[in-house]
Amino acid sequence: MDFTRRETLALAAGAALLTVLPFRAFAAVDDLIAEFTGGAETGEGGLELTAPEIAENGNTVPIAVSAPGAVAISIYAAGNPAPPVGVFKFGPLAASQNASTRIRLAGTQDVIAVAQMADGSFVRTSKTVKVTIGGCGG
Amino acid sequence: MISRRDFLQVSMAASAMLGASGFGNWSRLAAQQRLTQDQLLEFDTFGNVSLIHVTDIHAQMKPIFFREPSVNIGVGENRGAVPHLTGADFRRAYGIEDGSASHYALSSGDFSALAGAYGRVGGLDRVATVINSIRAARPDALLLDGGDTWHGSYTCFQTQGQDMVNVMNALKPDAMTFHWEFTLGSERVHEIVEGLPFAALGQNIFDAEWDEPAELFPPYKFFERGGTKIAVIGQAFPYMPIANPGWLFPEYSFGIRDAHMQTMVDEVRAQGAELVVCLSHNGFDVDKKMAGVVTGIDVILSGHTHDALPEPVLVNDTIIVASGSNGKFVSRVDLDVRDGHMLGFRHKLIPIFSDVITPDPEIATLIEAERAPFKSQLEEVIGQSESLLYRRGNFNGSWDDLICDALLSEGEAEIALSPGVRWGPSILPGQDITREDIWNVTSMTYPNAYRTEMTGEFLKVVLEDVGDNIFNPDPYYQQGGDMVRVGGMGYRIDITKPQGSRISDMTLLKTGEAIDPARNYVVAGWASVNEGTEGPPIWDVVENHIRAKGSVAVEPNTSVQVVGG
Repeated sequence: MDFTRRETLALAAGAALLTVLPFRAFAAVDDLIAEFTGGAETGEGGLELTAPEIAENGNTVPIAVSAPGAVAISIYAAGNPAPPVGVFKFGPLAASQNASTRIRLAGTQDVIAVAQMADGSFVRTSKTVKVTIGGCGG
Repeated sequence: MISRRDFLQVSMAASAMLGASGFGNWSRLAAQQRLTQDQLLEFDTFGNVSLIHVTDIHAQMKPIFFREPSVNIGVGENRGAVPHLTGADFRRAYGIEDGSASHYALSSGDFSALAGAYGRVGGLDRVATVINSIRAARPDALLLDGGDTWHGSYTCFQTQGQDMVNVMNALKPDAMTFHWEFTLGSERVHEIVEGLPFAALGQNIFDAEWDEPAELFPPYKFFERGGTKIAVIGQAFPYMPIANPGWLFPEYSFGIRDAHMQTMVDEVRAQGAELVVCLSHNGFDVDKKMAGVVTGIDVILSGHTHDALPEPVLVNDTIIVASGSNGKFVSRVDLDVRDGHMLGFRHKLIPIFSDVITPDPEIATLIEAERAPFKSQLEEVIGQSESLLYRRGNFNGSWDDLICDALLSEGEAEIALSPGVRWGPSILPGQDITREDIWNVTSMTYPNAYRTEMTGEFLKVVLEDVGDNIFNPDPYYQQGGDMVRVGGMGYRIDITKPQGSRISDMTLLKTGEAIDPARNYVVAGWASVNEGTEGPPIWDVVENHIRAKGSVAVEPNTSVQVVGG
């Protein structure tokens, strides 16, 4: 549980946000992904997205992507007001195709990664990251 | 040719049939009311390796009463599966006779009457006797502590965990992992861990800034026992900075990190490990899921969710052992490991009946020495209880009802919130409540009882959020506690629904009116994970309340309507 006199106001504001915005993949995210893939179908496999199941701090969530043979990996936070997180591009001399960063998540939502492979095909994966107000450990 | 998996299953079935687990024996003996130490410890030493598991002791050095839950609902794939069987369902599943010692030790129902017949459980001096007896049969047995050890009592709080460190060190564990220990604050944890004469393990304890394994907590340790190379991998509680105040240990990050676990298992196997043991504080359902995801773990010694299971649960080729809490049980697991394979096991969950097992004199003396400076504080009688006070249960426990009553009356609040933790011994009807008893259910390093205002809408968000931490169908999203306890307000919960639509019919009990989402309510609570929470420590609030009443009684709690259980 997460409520002190001091921070209740801030939390209540956050909670209001939580209830107003349904943090699911907006249609806009699919449009953004289509922009990245040029409308091509996305397959599965060969792309690994590492993210915590439950974020320790929604303001700075460590994530990592890895897709051997990829030329670019694009990341989206489907439930954020601005879903695009960034695109990692890997040149022909890149020793490995993986990257890690920290992102801010406005609430529980899917983090989506799409990789463009060397042959021009695309693969997609996603993971639900829960942002909780915290609680009561056994 | 019998496959390894078949062998394990056959061997487990045989164990159950022959009563090698000791399980059938307890029931019979109990019916005869003739429980002896020899019978409790009886075990035909098997194979070449012995593991001794203790976990979630929560600083209970002395014998106590501890009632197991009557409500512990499983969701998703774990619906109706152990450890989510309680009371008579649990007894039927394991063939335990009603009224037997096993009934009393392992399940709820008739608790007060059986407690009168069978007495207290636990006590680290008795645990020591059991450990010594196992070591007499197998001198190189591994003793593994699953954590939640340096937390949970008056003396543990006053000594910042030192009393438990001293007593546990005397039991000579070989390795340990962690949860509530970190709520002592990272500085104190560093101080203790740097001086520990055994391994402090956690493959999922990471440096928060660099997201790299923390140096002070190695992922695993090798042991050479019974001619076998054993790797013990530690798994600390994954959600520490979420379920507990992260500001107390800001340097650390946790998480399940099952991919890293797989890497560690592969690494120890490559280094020649013939037996891989995971000493885990994941909680049972998380361990079950992890055992299906990570390959190559032979034994998971499971802690955190306080389940006591008389037989291991098998997931693929991994056996999962759950050893209860509060010093009530010791698990012994004997293994036959040959040529890098676990070929069979024999297991016994040994209940520590305090009146049956002779205390080890050396440890008993040590415990008394730790308690001596605080004796008068510990023993002061604050009041009496007319009711059975217990904590375990998904939605409420009578101890928590009493704590919520104290928050409501001492804080002049409309609604009270109390954390759904699973530690804390029970008090029998007619028993005195001492200061020690109050601390046993409240002791923590963030005890401040706050008083604040919350809107009805925010209260729903809180209940939905905590509810999802327990009833999310994916165990990896569960934190392993119970539902936040609520005083002064009733609600309905449909546990099968997704987050946001589980909670309905929130009602202010005082007036019977529906909770107004827009109205502010005066709320009192404790154990906030936020830094700077103001208010008196909860133990003072509860002590004042009990002292004022003299004798306390708790009516059955009917304020939570559960659907889908």
